[in-house]
Amino acid sequence: MILKATSINTYYGGSHILQDVSFDVNKGEAVGLLGRNGVGKTTTLRSIMGLTPPRKGSIVFKNTEIVGKPAYSVSRLGIAYMPDDLRIFPDLSCDENLEIAARLSMLKGYWNKERVEELFPVLRARKKQKGLNLSGGEKKMLSLGRALMANPELILMDEPSEGLAPLIVKNLAEVIRTIRSQGMTILLADQNLKFCRKVSDRGYILEKGRVVYSGAIADIWGNEEVIKKYLVL
Amino acid sequence: MLESIVHVCLAGLSIGMFIWLVASGLTLIFGVLKVLNFAHGTFYMLGAYLCYWVLGRMGENFWLGLAIGPLVVCAAGFLIERFFLRHVYHLALPYQLLLTFAFVLIFDDAVKILWGAGSLGSPNVPGLSGSISILGRNFPLYSLFMIAVGPLVALAMWTFLERTWWGRIIRASSSDREMAAALGVRVPALYTAVFVLGTWLGALGGGLAVPYVGLLTPGMGEAIIIDAFVVAVIGGLGSLKGAFFGALIIGLLSSFGTRFLPTFDMFLTFILMAAVLLWRPQGFFGEAK
Repeated sequence: MILKATSINTYYGGSHILQDVSFDVNKGEAVGLLGRNGVGKTTTLRSIMGLTPPRKGSIVFKNTEIVGKPAYSVSRLGIAYMPDDLRIFPDLSCDENLEIAARLSMLKGYWNKERVEELFPVLRARKKQKGLNLSGGEKKMLSLGRALMANPELILMDEPSEGLAPLIVKNLAEVIRTIRSQGMTILLADQNLKFCRKVSDRGYILEKGRVVYSGAIADIWGNEEVIKKYLVL
Repeated sequence: MLESIVHVCLAGLSIGMFIWLVASGLTLIFGVLKVLNFAHGTFYMLGAYLCYWVLGRMGENFWLGLAIGPLVVCAAGFLIERFFLRHVYHLALPYQLLLTFAFVLIFDDAVKILWGAGSLGSPNVPGLSGSISILGRNFPLYSLFMIAVGPLVALAMWTFLERTWWGRIIRASSSDREMAAALGVRVPALYTAVFVLGTWLGALGGGLAVPYVGLLTPGMGEAIIIDAFVVAVIGGLGSLKGAFFGALIIGLLSSFGTRFLPTFDMFLTFILMAAVLLWRPQGFFGEAK
């Protein structure tokens, strides 16, 4: 087991967002966090990253307790984050956005700029462009590429398929399979069950800050009652 | 008439470069830490006094004073950021202004206790103390030196921010502190470093002011901080390019004002600021909100 969250409780100011959320991720797995808007998927990822630290509960990453650690040390332990709003540095070029991640990370591994550019050829063409001037799709690739450049063991992806055309979503599923074939572990939050089915092994369904269902993604896909109750509006 | 205009321009440029040196540190700190540091003028004052104090003990060597004095002020900047300012980043702007204003009062009084409330004289600078003739009139060599120092500091800062690894980290963190942290930047340590660098720039401005202003007074920081704020607002808060050109404009305006409209000298600066705020509230180089 690479990541194990036990009864985490996270607050935004006075509101109690995550209530006793528990889940785990095995090495090499891709796990989906499912659920509608506002159920706590993003907060779960931010809790792991140390950006919105839980007030109670435990998150263990590779035998290290990470609740209470600042984001920079969580990242140095080997967790990378691709936020839903992508957060490309607008003032840095495409290249600089990639390089900064590689150089800040102390980790070595398969991913480097050549391999990331092979995965996303458009990033090679945009090398010198400022982040500010990239299109939404390019930013998405850059955000994922930047996460890979750190050579983490676990990538947290927030809504990777959101806002992409169906054909691009298909490509993204292909890309995630490629990334997984290099041994990467992935925890993704996405509302798109069709997409999650293609890329993940297991899923947890969140509702109002609690885990209400978990199981193999194929089981969730086949369970109409659960889909109706928690996933489809 | 032509000589007169040339001289007024040169004087304006040298005034502008002073304001730039102070505004550069203020702007750097605001751009990265988002803190309006009212105590920045105090660093300028401390830089001037410490430069003066050091050179008095080191055989009246101005350059030695300029090298050492501002470094001592950096220690004060470090302590202020590390133990005080850090705790108000998450609070509203008025708290930051109040805290930094408290340091203005504390250091003003500290200077009065240490050096007395009177003004101190200023030393000569070996090599730069005379004047040279430009179009038949004498112009102080030291003012010419200042006109050269300003752009050099600007060039050095630009190179540092755009061409070095540390500059890249600073640019990334100033636009998105949280994402920088998620990629492994120790943001609190970076903030301390940037604050100390900004402190040094303000203190360097103060040290360079020693031969220029003619006298040192405990309130000298307040006078310059107002100009620096005006410049930062005109140029666009957080924009170094804006601070540089804003300082040039204010320097020239005040020089021409003193020469041709002495009654309205101060008035002109604030009219310009009000006009910019009405017409382009984010300043010349600021980003629209």
